[in-house]
Amino acid sequence: MTSTTIDSPRTPAGSAKRRGVNWEKWGWVYMRVSGVVLLVLIFGHLFVNLMVGEGVKAIDFAFVGGKWSDPFWKVWDTLMLWLAMIHGGNGMRTIVNDYARTPVLRKVLKGAILASVVVLIVLGTLVVFTFDPCPAVSADQAHLLPSFCPAP
Amino acid sequence: MSVKTVGTPEQSREPELSTTTSRRPAGTLYRGREGMWSWVLHRITGVAIFFFLLVHVLDTALVRVSPEAYNAVIGTYQTPVMGLGEVALVGAIVFHAFNGIRIILIDFWSKGTVYQRAMFYVVIGLWVITMIGFVPRHLINVFSH
Repeated sequence: MTSTTIDSPRTPAGSAKRRGVNWEKWGWVYMRVSGVVLLVLIFGHLFVNLMVGEGVKAIDFAFVGGKWSDPFWKVWDTLMLWLAMIHGGNGMRTIVNDYARTPVLRKVLKGAILASVVVLIVLGTLVVFTFDPCPAVSADQAHLLPSFCPAP
Repeated sequence: MSVKTVGTPEQSREPELSTTTSRRPAGTLYRGREGMWSWVLHRITGVAIFFFLLVHVLDTALVRVSPEAYNAVIGTYQTPVMGLGEVALVGAIVFHAFNGIRIILIDFWSKGTVYQRAMFYVVIGLWVITMIGFVPRHLINVFSH
């Protein structure tokens, strides 16, 4: 019968102390700091979009146009995008480290996570800051624009 | 606990891994109770929220395509089936948020590890209160008009 020895939780994996930035520590710190900020940002997002007025039924292009005419919501949503994508990506990385068994599979999955996080952060940021609440549309779509847009 | 253990009676409450005949070690501090289930739920809700976030950034990006395209896709969020999905999504987010605060307290509060089990039930209680505030209002919005 073999007995299993488990190292105490803070036993370093290597014998020598590693030099340089402790990325895992800063990742750990990031999850907690961003988590607290995200609680405020996401609860605010959910309250304004789902609880106020007619909730989800009121969301359409004109609703987004109204929100993103205000720099406050642009900053709010961009901050939420960056913090949440990195928080989620780092969480998924932790799960891959726990469950993916082969080095190749780990590389592939973590590469896919990194790629989706980078692409969606870039895409989302561009969308928020290049957004035009009053785009040129055909006459039959003009009623979809926010009420503050000039009549075509 | 019905798990068989070998050893003296005082050992049987929290046996060493080497003294149990079971393939599933019993009585470890972490396995099978509130600590483990909060961890399991935190992972499952986290993964679910992550995949929703990917979709949500993409559907919101349609505002740069055309008002018509955005409204067509956001309209699917207003159907009864998706309305129930939003209840599940908000439920997952609220649990993940409150349990995340619990994790931070376990890490940084000197009494955190002592009260981690009690804090799990506080998380459940706050989750129930939040959902009571959200679900009726949301379902009325989804199922009326």
